[in-house]
Amino acid sequence: MSGGLYSMDQKDFDQTLDLTKVKPYGDTMNDGKTQISFTLPVPAGDEAIEAAKQLMKKMGFENPLVVYSKELTEGFTFFNCYGSTVHTVDYSTIYVPKVESTVWSMDETDDFIREHIGRKIVVVGASTGTDAHTVGIDAIMNMKGYAGHYGIERYEMFDALNMGSQVPNEEFIAKAVEMHADALLVSQTVTQKDVHIKNMTELIEMLEAEGLRDKLIVICGGPRITHELAKELGFDAGFGTNTYADDVASYIAQEMDRRMHGNK
Amino acid sequence: MRKSKLGLNFDQVDDAKRLAKNIAEQIQQFVDGYTTVTVERTLCRLMGIDGVDENEVPLPNRVVDALLEKGVLSQGVLYYLGNAILETGKSPQDIAEAIAGGKLDITTLPIHPLADIQKAVQPFIEACLTRIKGNVAKRNEYLSTIGEGPKPYLYIIVATGNIYEDVVQAQAGARQGADVIAVIRTTGQSLLDYVPYGATTEGFGGTFATQENFRIMRKALDEVGEEVGRYIRLCNYCSGLCMPEIAAMGALERLDVMLNDALYGILFRDINPQRTLIDQYFSRIINGYAGVIINTGEDNYLTTADAVEAAHTVLASDLINEQLALMAALPEEQMGLGHAFEMDPMLENGFLLELAQAQMTREIFPKATLKYMPPTKFMTGNIFRGHIQDALFNMIGIWTHQGIQLLGMPTEAIHTPFMSDRYLSIENARYIFNDMRSIGEEMEFREGGICRERAKTVLNNTIDLLKQIEKEGMFTALEKGIFGDVKRPMNGGKGLGGVVTKGEYYFNPFIKMMKERW
Repeated sequence: MSGGLYSMDQKDFDQTLDLTKVKPYGDTMNDGKTQISFTLPVPAGDEAIEAAKQLMKKMGFENPLVVYSKELTEGFTFFNCYGSTVHTVDYSTIYVPKVESTVWSMDETDDFIREHIGRKIVVVGASTGTDAHTVGIDAIMNMKGYAGHYGIERYEMFDALNMGSQVPNEEFIAKAVEMHADALLVSQTVTQKDVHIKNMTELIEMLEAEGLRDKLIVICGGPRITHELAKELGFDAGFGTNTYADDVASYIAQEMDRRMHGNK
Repeated sequence: MRKSKLGLNFDQVDDAKRLAKNIAEQIQQFVDGYTTVTVERTLCRLMGIDGVDENEVPLPNRVVDALLEKGVLSQGVLYYLGNAILETGKSPQDIAEAIAGGKLDITTLPIHPLADIQKAVQPFIEACLTRIKGNVAKRNEYLSTIGEGPKPYLYIIVATGNIYEDVVQAQAGARQGADVIAVIRTTGQSLLDYVPYGATTEGFGGTFATQENFRIMRKALDEVGEEVGRYIRLCNYCSGLCMPEIAAMGALERLDVMLNDALYGILFRDINPQRTLIDQYFSRIINGYAGVIINTGEDNYLTTADAVEAAHTVLASDLINEQLALMAALPEEQMGLGHAFEMDPMLENGFLLELAQAQMTREIFPKATLKYMPPTKFMTGNIFRGHIQDALFNMIGIWTHQGIQLLGMPTEAIHTPFMSDRYLSIENARYIFNDMRSIGEEMEFREGGICRERAKTVLNNTIDLLKQIEKEGMFTALEKGIFGDVKRPMNGGKGLGGVVTKGEYYFNPFIKMMKERW
């Protein structure tokens, strides 16, 4: 292991926080300490540990430390490592596009819709394409919701249909038309080989071809979805991890209002 | 005298089993009147028909589609194949190739007497059953020579999409201690109404289930099993639209464990309830005959419904699945009935509720090779807490003597497992299984305590639910969304077009011969 319980490292770096030069924090400002683990396709041994250290240096870590290594199967060795990164980022100039809406509770959203929209908002959701995962769309739509956040089905002012998984884009659009949907929710969990990008692009193209794109609020969500990616692909909004029905429902209500009344 | 550590009332358990049996009998009465396109393709495969045409369409599909187009599939493929064997003197494979080549129409040949037709297919049936029996003998030979790991078996998945890469991962897993290797299927295969052919290297989130891929992985696992001195079981999926066909392929290539659950297909793949219950019956007969442990998918209910509120739906479904399996002559030891550790980790005393349910399941199905599923719903990407959730899950696995422990991965919900994820999971399970080996024998459940009360509540709720299903029928229960909060109409979903009423001359000798262990 490392140098024992007490760190005897010299701390000869500037220990004041500078948001233009942010680096990882272990136990001292600007120590750059990072934990990392990976597997190399080489047999265990001193050479393997040296290879891991050299790789750490190339990744920008000073004082790389291999604290554990283990040959998983012949010719593959796993490493747990620590190092101090030399790199910094300028936090002060970062801009991340986000869904611009205020997150309300279920009751607040329902009240807002009653007052400003005056009717139920129709939402159709599905995990589309070949994606068999329902956990995302269920978390947002099902009555029960997820982690204490009720799903859209429970909202009084939403008429919500969860079509489940593996719904082809054609069927999804047909159902949206049939139900006079105001908003579409697409969940994508499988992202291997960018299958979700192809599928989501196809949906937007089909909506455009049928002249429906501007009539609908089209939203996507999933563990690999960001709002930025969603906008790039032609969606109105994207919701990633740690977002719940509250986030999605409040956004839909506010976006509907913007579209109906041109409010900012 | 059966003894319950949880103070379960076994008269109530017997009540529950009787209700489940009535429900299963209602389903079976329906099933007996029908066949399906995939059941008929299965018969083609068992008769030795394999391969694809120039458009990659499997020959079993060509044969069955030819009968379907002529509107005569209700008499069954064996009827027409047997007649064609008599008339042409050719093997089923040659006949299938002639049909695919457009050179033969087996529906227009002169028809021989039924008894002669039945005699004509008999040698092919016996050859097939002999091969499957040989596989069972080979497995038993391995088990009695190199042996197997202690239960719970450690079950891991490989899912690279490329069968040759899967082999590398599977052998690595076996060397690290895995007892069961499941090759996850490519996304969407369950909805294909055919089984792809040959070795495959491209898949999304998994690898195609093909007979050649089965063969490649079987060979690799036998090799590594001999190396590590432990039989390594191979698992794949006979679920979806091709349940019995893939069960047949598994029987022919000595798979050991197969996912097999019509209810799962209905609820989570929107497969037509009628279609898949008919398919399931024949697939379970084949699994039973081939010594394959089936795995049922009840654990999945808890990914959509709440694990505390819906625990009784899991038990109810396990009970129905047990009865349906018994009707297919599948031995209890081969029943990998599913349940899961899926409660919210923030729930106070959640561990005790999970422990009670796992122990309850163990006591209600004492001989079953229960399949215990790890946390997935509340795996958040916090791999460090996830590893602890998996540790709690492993404690219950060893405590309550589960049969197959499907190992949770700290990186669940992030990616298909890395080689190192699998190592960490196996290390976790082996550490806990060894460190707590006999805890189940040491610990008792306090009378009137949380665990005993929980088990009692779940069993009571299960009986109420079974009564309701018995009264309304399974199809109505599905339409009402009783399982997993998902509603499935009897005539909805995929694959209904492939259901055919059995005709006057329909026969399938495999059912009787396999059930009676020819």
